Amino acid sequence: MPEEFKLITKNLDQPGFTPDIGCYQRHGGYEALRKALSTAARDLPDGKKQSPQEVIRDEVLKSGLRGRGGAGFSAGLKWSFVDRRSGKPIYLICNADESEPGTFKDRQILHRDPHQLIEGMIISCWANDVKLAYIYIRGEMPIAARRLNQALAEARAAGFLGKNILGTGYDLEIHVHRGAGAYICGEETGLIESLEGKRPYPRIKPPYFPAVLGLYLCPTIVNNVETLCHVRHIVTLGGAEYAKLGTPNNTGTRIVSLSGDVQRPGYYEIEVGKVTLGELIQHPNFGGGLRPGRQLKAIIPGGSSSKVLKAGEKFQLKRKGPDGQMTSVETALLDLPYDFDSLQQAGTMSGSSAIIVLDDSRSMVATLGNLSEFYAHESCGQCTPCREGALWMEKALHRLNHGEGRKSDADYLLHIAQNIQGRTICAFGEAASWPVLSFVKKFRDEFESKGAADESARAANPARPQH
Amino acid sequence: MSFSVPSKLEAELDELATHYPQKRSASLMFLHALQEHFGFISRDAVEWTATKLGLQPINVYELVTFYPMFRQEKLGRTQVRVCRTLSCALAGAYELRDHFCKNLGLDTAKHGPQTTPDGKFTVEFVECLASCGSAPVVMVNDDLLEKVTAADAEKVLTRGRVTE
Amino acid sequence: MSNVATTAPAPAAPPPVEKLKIKVDGREIEVPKLMPDWQGRLQPTTMLQACQIAGAEVPHYCYHPKLPVAGNCRMCLVEFGTPMMGPDRKPVLNPDGTPKIAKSVLPYEPGTPRGAIACATPISPGMEIYPGSAATQQMREAVLESLLINHPLDCPICDQAGECKLQEYSVEHGQANSRFVETKVHKPKAVDLGPRIVLDDERCILCTRCIRFSRDIAGDDALGIVNRGSYNTIAAWKEGAFDNNYTLNTVDLCPVGALTSRDFRFKMRVWFLKETRSVCTSCSTGCNITIGSREDVIHRYEPRDNDAVNAAWMCDAGRLNYKWVGRPDRLKEVRRRNADGTSDRIPWETAIREITARLSNAVSGSVAVVASARQTTEELHLLKKLANRFGAITDSVPRTGEADRLLVSADRNPNSNGARLTGIAYTEMGIRLPEIAEGIRSGSIRTLVVFGEDVTQHGIGADLLARLETLVVSDILPNPTTAAAHYLLPGCAHAEKRGTYINGKGRLQRFLKAVEPHGDARPEWEFLRELVTAVTAQAVPATLEGLFNEMSDGIPAFGGVRWAGIGDLGVNVTI
Repeated sequence: MPEEFKLITKNLDQPGFTPDIGCYQRHGGYEALRKALSTAARDLPDGKKQSPQEVIRDEVLKSGLRGRGGAGFSAGLKWSFVDRRSGKPIYLICNADESEPGTFKDRQILHRDPHQLIEGMIISCWANDVKLAYIYIRGEMPIAARRLNQALAEARAAGFLGKNILGTGYDLEIHVHRGAGAYICGEETGLIESLEGKRPYPRIKPPYFPAVLGLYLCPTIVNNVETLCHVRHIVTLGGAEYAKLGTPNNTGTRIVSLSGDVQRPGYYEIEVGKVTLGELIQHPNFGGGLRPGRQLKAIIPGGSSSKVLKAGEKFQLKRKGPDGQMTSVETALLDLPYDFDSLQQAGTMSGSSAIIVLDDSRSMVATLGNLSEFYAHESCGQCTPCREGALWMEKALHRLNHGEGRKSDADYLLHIAQNIQGRTICAFGEAASWPVLSFVKKFRDEFESKGAADESARAANPARPQH
Repeated sequence: MSFSVPSKLEAELDELATHYPQKRSASLMFLHALQEHFGFISRDAVEWTATKLGLQPINVYELVTFYPMFRQEKLGRTQVRVCRTLSCALAGAYELRDHFCKNLGLDTAKHGPQTTPDGKFTVEFVECLASCGSAPVVMVNDDLLEKVTAADAEKVLTRGRVTE
Repeated sequence: MSNVATTAPAPAAPPPVEKLKIKVDGREIEVPKLMPDWQGRLQPTTMLQACQIAGAEVPHYCYHPKLPVAGNCRMCLVEFGTPMMGPDRKPVLNPDGTPKIAKSVLPYEPGTPRGAIACATPISPGMEIYPGSAATQQMREAVLESLLINHPLDCPICDQAGECKLQEYSVEHGQANSRFVETKVHKPKAVDLGPRIVLDDERCILCTRCIRFSRDIAGDDALGIVNRGSYNTIAAWKEGAFDNNYTLNTVDLCPVGALTSRDFRFKMRVWFLKETRSVCTSCSTGCNITIGSREDVIHRYEPRDNDAVNAAWMCDAGRLNYKWVGRPDRLKEVRRRNADGTSDRIPWETAIREITARLSNAVSGSVAVVASARQTTEELHLLKKLANRFGAITDSVPRTGEADRLLVSADRNPNSNGARLTGIAYTEMGIRLPEIAEGIRSGSIRTLVVFGEDVTQHGIGADLLARLETLVVSDILPNPTTAAAHYLLPGCAHAEKRGTYINGKGRLQRFLKAVEPHGDARPEWEFLRELVTAVTAQAVPATLEGLFNEMSDGIPAFGGVRWAGIGDLGVNVTI
């Protein structure tokens, strides 16, 4: 039976668990930090020696942990790219700018278990020789920001933060920095610009890879809230043990945010790949199915930017057979294991692990109109294709949703979106164009018939005022 | 009326600026604090921030106009921010916002912030508030209300009307 | 002889330049691995630089070689590929042994090329760049279409028409039709950004060249972008706030008609302008300029690129310092003053003959010459010849102001070093003016020749001028000295003649004639040549080129440079 596996949410979901340090410590809090700080140097088979910090970094790499923010990139590799020879300070930033529509997992941690994040951060900072770190939190989470500040003060008072942490001589300061309502600040270089007090315009890469030229042009690590929390558990379990959770190359647990047309919307922590999309939506332990009398129409599987999946779709997944050979296995939409690789092979992504379910009462034209409005509002406007294209798509969809559509608008939308993806400074170009490309391609008839109906109505009544 | 920042607030801000190796980084935190104190970011506040952080006013104004949380005019005492994005829209966010607008005599066709003439309420649509599992959600000042019904909206209105 | 002395010691043999082999549109070329960035520091060569070496045009808006790279316009997106690497980290080869190229594609859509911005992407060994491919062309078309959807398309009334990159690229890379059927975004028009700059935000393509120039070159972070997304708008904090001495460079930098010069706005279609290479005279920096004129009227100065002098910039004060050339009170007639105070217009021949006669009678030591460090080196050279004939005291007038950190020099004369190298003036310019004044007062100096200066402002007052037997004055505009002249010879603005200046750092630069002189006025070197020939009875070259070469031969600091060797960018001489 598919079940939740509570690692990150274990404490915060317990009745009576409070966000203060006392409660956290009663639940084993900061033991992982003690363990990390007392890590011994390690001799490798090849005769080389690993410093205690290198040991922790190695454990994170071995754990297979992939970033929980959206891109799913190996956290251990990301750390390995950090330029440690520049002589410049290394910064770590916790990306708590959770704003991908559909996603509400970090909010739970920030509000209800801030010390888990702080412990994960302190370990990560120590392992990477970071002396100054920031938590960049959404401006719209003022209460979480206050709780974080409170928790940081508690950690400082308890000797986990500040000067000479736990008597090891290690100094670290963490500050909370509030955003002010901009989705683009979730993009790591946009976040860095924002933290520098500038407009959050994502930087061009090359040359501004954060691991080399990040905050104040110093090497910088940007990790998501949930990712940093996992570091704490990797230290507790050991990298190899952690890697047994989940499935190969998709290790550990993930908090899935489930919303839209299901009976039991909410967040559910699962072992990555051990639960299918269908189970997440339909099983009583999770979404509990659609509302009575409703059929599934579509699934947005990984935050609003991910490409939509249509009910009834089938995919060819590459699977390792019993003989060790890779084979292609036909997999129905609802049988897709909810993990990084399966969704990628299905032509979409698990992104921020946020599932939005759409039932058969929903208009795909209206739904896409809603999302396009979001992307038009959130485009920072720095580079041409996105600045002009995001609003263009929104205007076209607004027209189509308000009786001024054309049958040709389906192709018109595809044309605009195709000229955005892959041509922008940051991945927002994909985020804005993928919903359009996937909605229109998979539900073309709906877009065309809406446009055709508008054309007929206009032909029947040419005197009607134009929208 | 001349612009003046209370010395206690200024001391807090001076401390905040020490959190960063480059004080320009404190811009957003300054603006949050000034908005909390004054209710909005005036041109004087922009110039004051620029002077404090060694910037030109345009550097600060660029931020004020980019980030929608910063306001350039005074808002109502009860600020109602209705999440507009998909999961909330699916759960009735548009109807909810219309409910607020109609009850307060505000224009349902307008998207941005609208303040009632008595200065008691500001209602607006905002983008995803990251609480999609409990849609529809509304921020009332700093508080997040979840699974908001018409009855909940009424409570917000009632409380906001009596608040002095 | 073309060996030119430089101010710097002869450079040591440069280290061998490491090169990379790449292909541009199928043609193999070798390019340096490192090339100068906007600040002149060696950085990995970019695709754009490599394509320029290969002679392949890569259109761009936001990129400018003298500004930090922004990468925002996306016009320079190009399709490219790199050698395919096998699992053994060795290149995969084609059957014919050539390396197999993996074209860059979208990772999630492997059939679609993924371009890179040429302005910011470094080249790597074996890279292939396809600036001429259909995929590259499609990317450009798409960017152009996007840039034009909210553009007002008001070319008929736009000052930039004729030198607008939107127009040019639309012709070369665009498509005839736009698919756009929505309403355009409207933005502020005719914004008073600064006292000299007017902004049309609807024409702006948000390339941020103006912002980067102001912040990173002029050191005045006065411009920014307000609002968000499609509503982004270039702005200053308040009306008129964009007011440093370099604002007009943003008009040159603006690739479209968004930033316009209040001075030039609506005055002239640019395609009617004749362009003449010249040098700014407002200080000793000697910024290289292009004079835009039509039918003998100057309409604008623009900076001309010269890395040895002004990069691509000039100050606003210098740029707008041209209006005096066309002033109606310009001296237009050769005049002789009579004993009763009246004066007559006389022909040049008469003036030269009579001045020659008067000078021929002058006793050695009784003549003084006050020249101007605004004059050309050739004129100063001729005046020095004249002075030598009489053992005359010579000097010129210092002119100073405040220097800035970019281009403006404290020395506001354009040719102080020319005055010094020709022997007219001394290290401390003007040091002998009191001696001249005293000579006139005591009666030992009875003849004074003044060029281009009002000596009444410099210790030789009208009372002293009245004591002279002969006062010969050449100038451009009237002043108390010209009023006192026995012979008044109308001269030319630099824009009306040819010549050279030597700037504060020893850069010898030549300028060409843009417009005709006013009335009787002639280039000073022409009538000075006639006068010197007549007075000294020595042959003086009859062409400016010959005159320059003769002068060069006589001044060792010039290192023997010929007129033809000066070129458009000048040469260094020893100062």
